[in-house]
Amino acid sequence: MSVAESLQAPVGARAEEAPNAAGLKSDAVKERMQLLGLCSPALLLVAVTMVLPVIWLFYLSFLSDEGTFSLEHYQRLTASKAYARIFYTTFQVSVLTTLVCVAIGYPLAYFLAQLPRRAAALCMITVLLPFWTSLLVRTYAWLVLLQRKGLVNTWAIELGLWDEPIKIVHNLNGTLIGMVHIMLPFLVLPVYASMKAIDTDYVKAAANLGASPIQAFWKVFFPLSLPGLFAGALIVFVLCLGFFVTPAVLGGGRVIMVAMSITDTIELFFNWGAASALGVVLLVMTLGSLFAASKLLNLDRILGGGGGGH
Amino acid sequence: MSNNQARAEALPIYISNVTKTYGKVFALDDVSLDVKQGEFLTLLGPSGSGKTTLLMVLAGFTRPDHGSLKFGDREVIRTPPHKRDVGMVFQNYALFPHMNVAANVGFPLKLRNVPAAELAERVEAALETVQLGGYGQRGIDQLSGGQKQRVALARAIVFEPRILLMDEPLSALDKKLREHMQIELRHLHDKLGMTTVYVTHDQREALTMSDRIAVINHGKLMQLDEPRTIYDFPANTFVADFIGESTFVPVSVSGGKVSYDGATLKTATQPDGATKYNLMMRPERLSFVSGRKPKDVNVFKGTVSELVFQGESFLMYADLSDGTQVAVRGATQKDAMAIVPEVGKPVSLGLHKDDTVLIPDAGDMPA
Repeated sequence: MSVAESLQAPVGARAEEAPNAAGLKSDAVKERMQLLGLCSPALLLVAVTMVLPVIWLFYLSFLSDEGTFSLEHYQRLTASKAYARIFYTTFQVSVLTTLVCVAIGYPLAYFLAQLPRRAAALCMITVLLPFWTSLLVRTYAWLVLLQRKGLVNTWAIELGLWDEPIKIVHNLNGTLIGMVHIMLPFLVLPVYASMKAIDTDYVKAAANLGASPIQAFWKVFFPLSLPGLFAGALIVFVLCLGFFVTPAVLGGGRVIMVAMSITDTIELFFNWGAASALGVVLLVMTLGSLFAASKLLNLDRILGGGGGGH
Repeated sequence: MSNNQARAEALPIYISNVTKTYGKVFALDDVSLDVKQGEFLTLLGPSGSGKTTLLMVLAGFTRPDHGSLKFGDREVIRTPPHKRDVGMVFQNYALFPHMNVAANVGFPLKLRNVPAAELAERVEAALETVQLGGYGQRGIDQLSGGQKQRVALARAIVFEPRILLMDEPLSALDKKLREHMQIELRHLHDKLGMTTVYVTHDQREALTMSDRIAVINHGKLMQLDEPRTIYDFPANTFVADFIGESTFVPVSVSGGKVSYDGATLKTATQPDGATKYNLMMRPERLSFVSGRKPKDVNVFKGTVSELVFQGESFLMYADLSDGTQVAVRGATQKDAMAIVPEVGKPVSLGLHKDDTVLIPDAGDMPA
């Protein structure tokens, strides 16, 4: 209403008698231009390294081998069952990794959030430490640990847990173990942050009103930590969709994800068009999941605000 | 228990020898006090005095080192918070942001397995009690500060606890609303009859609302009395200084006679042994004396050093002959203002015999 009123006010009519109006306005414009100037290097970088390549990617994917516009690459994607399997595997691995990360990461973040600040910082370093080690090194380390004659198998046999070396790597299990290890910090950090932001008075209030510690957790603490959990899970899921190194090394050729398929298409067949089409489909699917997730989250917020607790 | 529609009887609280230390600091130093059945008792003290710690001990969120706490006949010092059955209003309200108003207020009833129909009825009744009938479907972030305060109150009383605790519930509200809510809270207390323990650092709030006030400082109970007694007869320098405005004038005592600046003072009470006393002067109890000296009034002579206009009243500072600065408060009607001397002029101040309060000087004079 106040906006409407101010719109109706005869601004122009009073401009002449308003002292310094023109100068103040030009100051505001100048300030905005300066801010834009500060952003411009970053904007330029994003444009050159992100926007242009993506446009190029789209362009390539619609180019036939003869250099004319065609949908042949997309037609091949839909025609071949092999591609459907690759996309299925990609989503399967991503969903499973995300679920395991949530199952391990949420309790870990909860534990960290309960610790006194200093102890939590110390423990957080142990969570972050793997973060600072090369992805490749960590992946090969898992290969060494999990292989047939690796540490895990030798120890387990010596301890009598199982008799024969079992296959834990070069399959889906190995891929999941490696990916969960790498993705865990991406889940723990946002969940920890959202838990730390929950006012302890909420849990106290729940207890005061008669909630046992378990009830207070499920009815108050857990719902309030959900935004962080969703954010963390989403980051993990989206990162998993484009993962390459870990499934390539630990999957042993049995777990083929889209990123690996793109490499093969380029390195073995030198088919840039087909690789671009795969890239575009992956990009669209990723954006689709992000969009669906944001819809879901908003919906949740509306439900939480309007009719929560039922 | 909560299905019982009849109003549950309020419970008295017996606090004895409760001590809580943090390292070497006493947050509570052997505190003993009783809250009577249905009483409105305020814990008043500066920040860090231990008043909130004591409230948290009552609620069960702070575990004391030792001591006893009884709600009626029941010893509860080791009872976890969720089994204490006391209502509490938090300083920041602590309304669950993921639930609407009705779900917040219904939360304690749901935990007590109250059937849905009765639950809805009781939630609405509680909301009506705090004048928020029909607000059930609102989200918490759609409420103003005052409304949040009322919802928090509704949630604390809906399960009919026999004891209600409040931790500075009005501190986030603006002055007008705060003063309005003070009266309203007090009326609500009279209506519901719960034993109420209220924490505040605002002395005016404490004086306005309480049956009795417990003044706390450095984890110790300084005085426990009715508001008038606390104000008119503070037990020690801390209470005298903390409650209301006051100036202390050192007086000498010999042979039961109190004298200041060579003149014997007429006092309401006789000093009882201690050697050093301070005479407490409240700014609003001092008057201007002109002409003949009235009966039973002690007169102090001084010079006006400053005059401050504060709207509903004015404050005059005067230097007495020994250099002590005293404050005098006066009304701002035109005729009352007419007799106020200007800055630099001599002034005679009168303090009636009945308004004299002698406080033993324990060496704890405020700076």
